[in-house]
Amino acid sequence: MDLVVAVLFQLVYGIASLALISLGLAIIFGMMRVINLAHGEFLMLGGYTVVVATNAGVNIWIAMLILAPAVVGLIGVIVERLLIRWLYGRMVDTLLATWGLSLLLIGLVTSIFGASTSTTISPPLGIIRIGDYSASGYELFLTGVTVVLFIGVWATLKLTKLGLVARGTMQNPEMSAALGVSNARIYMITFGLGAAVTGLAGGLLAPLTGVLPTIGATYIAKAFITVISGGASILAGTAAGSILLGGINGIFAFITGPTIGEVALLVSAIILLRLLPRGITGRFFRKFL
Amino acid sequence: MTLSRRDFVMGTSALALTAPATIARAQSDNINFASILDLSGGLDIYGAPMAETTRLAIEDINAAGGLLGREVELKMYDAQSTIQFYTQFATQAAAGDKAATVHAGITSASREAIRPTLARFKTLYFYNTQYEGGVCDYNNFCTGSTPAQTVAKVVPYAMNKWGKKVYIVAADYNYGQITAQWMQKFVADNGGETLDVEFFPLDVTNFGPTINKIQTAKPDMVISALVGGAHVSFYRQYAAAGMLKEIPIASTTFGVGNEQKLISAEEGNGIIASYGYFEGVDNSANKNFLARLEAKLGADRPVMNELAIRSYEGAMLWAEAVKAAGTIDREPVIEALRSGLSYDGPSGKVTIDSQTNHCSMNVYIGELANQEWNIVESFDNQPPADTQLVCDLNANPNQSTFLFENGLEAAGIK
Repeated sequence: MDLVVAVLFQLVYGIASLALISLGLAIIFGMMRVINLAHGEFLMLGGYTVVVATNAGVNIWIAMLILAPAVVGLIGVIVERLLIRWLYGRMVDTLLATWGLSLLLIGLVTSIFGASTSTTISPPLGIIRIGDYSASGYELFLTGVTVVLFIGVWATLKLTKLGLVARGTMQNPEMSAALGVSNARIYMITFGLGAAVTGLAGGLLAPLTGVLPTIGATYIAKAFITVISGGASILAGTAAGSILLGGINGIFAFITGPTIGEVALLVSAIILLRLLPRGITGRFFRKFL
Repeated sequence: MTLSRRDFVMGTSALALTAPATIARAQSDNINFASILDLSGGLDIYGAPMAETTRLAIEDINAAGGLLGREVELKMYDAQSTIQFYTQFATQAAAGDKAATVHAGITSASREAIRPTLARFKTLYFYNTQYEGGVCDYNNFCTGSTPAQTVAKVVPYAMNKWGKKVYIVAADYNYGQITAQWMQKFVADNGGETLDVEFFPLDVTNFGPTINKIQTAKPDMVISALVGGAHVSFYRQYAAAGMLKEIPIASTTFGVGNEQKLISAEEGNGIIASYGYFEGVDNSANKNFLARLEAKLGADRPVMNELAIRSYEGAMLWAEAVKAAGTIDREPVIEALRSGLSYDGPSGKVTIDSQTNHCSMNVYIGELANQEWNIVESFDNQPPADTQLVCDLNANPNQSTFLFENGLEAAGIK
């Protein structure tokens, strides 16, 4: 019984961490159709923000929950102004440009912080006992934050004027421009918001995984697979993709080992996209955001 | 500024005048020493300190008057954690630089990529990394420790301390796979039991399911051969789940990338590892070496580990052989090395074993406390007994094979 609870906990955490790393990408890709190959590096920058801030004496919670999204969101806005806004509607060009950006960011961070950073921040929060088993309290916290983040993004898009205008602009830019909305501003804000969510995710994961300049590479493929499997709806799609792929990965990793776990994740994504080329929300939950 | 035709002609003719000088310099009689290491990319946590000590070795050789009255010139290449650059740079070092020796490779995969190239170009090759053993190559000297030197020591030590039931986690490529087989063998030889073996691709960062499995299996200890930056998260997550205090860890890889500095003190305290070198080795050569390193690089110099020290000692072994042979030609230098040449370096005395072209060396067991290794046991002059089981270059020098490529059973070791 304890084992079931412990394994379920790990499963839920695996799903939540997948959703956490994918959400920022889903906002940028799902809403703006911009393929951001520097997504992994945004996560990495969030991590570095936390490391630098805590080493400078900032409280770790402030560093993770406030500084990381603020810094990366700002970087996102700058990137959008300098790079992305020239390339809207040119998918292949954005792909190349953001790939270049990703290499540039890895190079910059390596030359500033060196190839390996001594990230001596331990996960805060203690240990949870589940009978004979134990799990990290921080992982539970991460799961909670993911849920709150999804609700927050949902509320922003659905309940605020900004969300309404942003959704309208993404659906029909000409019409919203005709109604007096500054499209350029909305694109900038949306990109910045996506980057901020990504930065938050990177900051939250930093104490668990550590940060290296190249750590983004371990996230980017999974984030893309999750978002594309999820399909057009930002939140429902990311959630459905994470639950399906994270669940399969976790179950197979527990039964057979991590190698087969990763293989199972990729195979199920391939089968899924063969059957549902537009992703899960291309057929199900279409009305959801 | 506009460029007139006259400026252009003057500029290019000036260039033409200086060009012969450049060519003349390239053909100076410096001895070329090539180093190919991963100075960027995922493996740079290993490569960067190795490059520093290689530079120091060449400086030391030149400060002592060079070799045979000639200066040694270091040609350093960054393979960027990409195997194809290894083959490219190895060809360049051998055919372009005409290097007297190439010291290269971190992962076994990189070694296997360039070993045939350097054999074909008849260029002496040093591999200065601890690895899984089994290279039997007349042209290739492997100066790092192998499982019979380290795993064979750390397994019984940890089993005496903690118990007989062992859970193995390892990186999923030839080093991890083969080392895991050695671990199982040494666990069985010491009357223990291996409960499970798990392999991880190098980019895995979520170890939650494995930690659950370890909790289910209830071993007395975990032995790890995890590799690279992403795998450091295992130690963090293991400690975060409160496991380190219940089920301790021994490792054959933790520390060679200075991982003890990447995690906090309480996440690492009590981890045990075995290598051919720790900074605490007590001899004058080591104290002298560390002092000079600190003078050169300042107080935030990288922590020295076996890979870094062996890169220094590998260069020095080659220099000793050149002095003994009186030439930099490959055959006489190899014969000088194989005559049982030894060097008293920071790790103690390192002696070439002519049967295998590996090294007999001192081996140390260290225990981690507050991000520093304390040496708890040391063993003098340990031979590369694993490779000796299968390789005899004295009987048959014309060999260039990696005998453990398909595992221990394929090599006839059960």
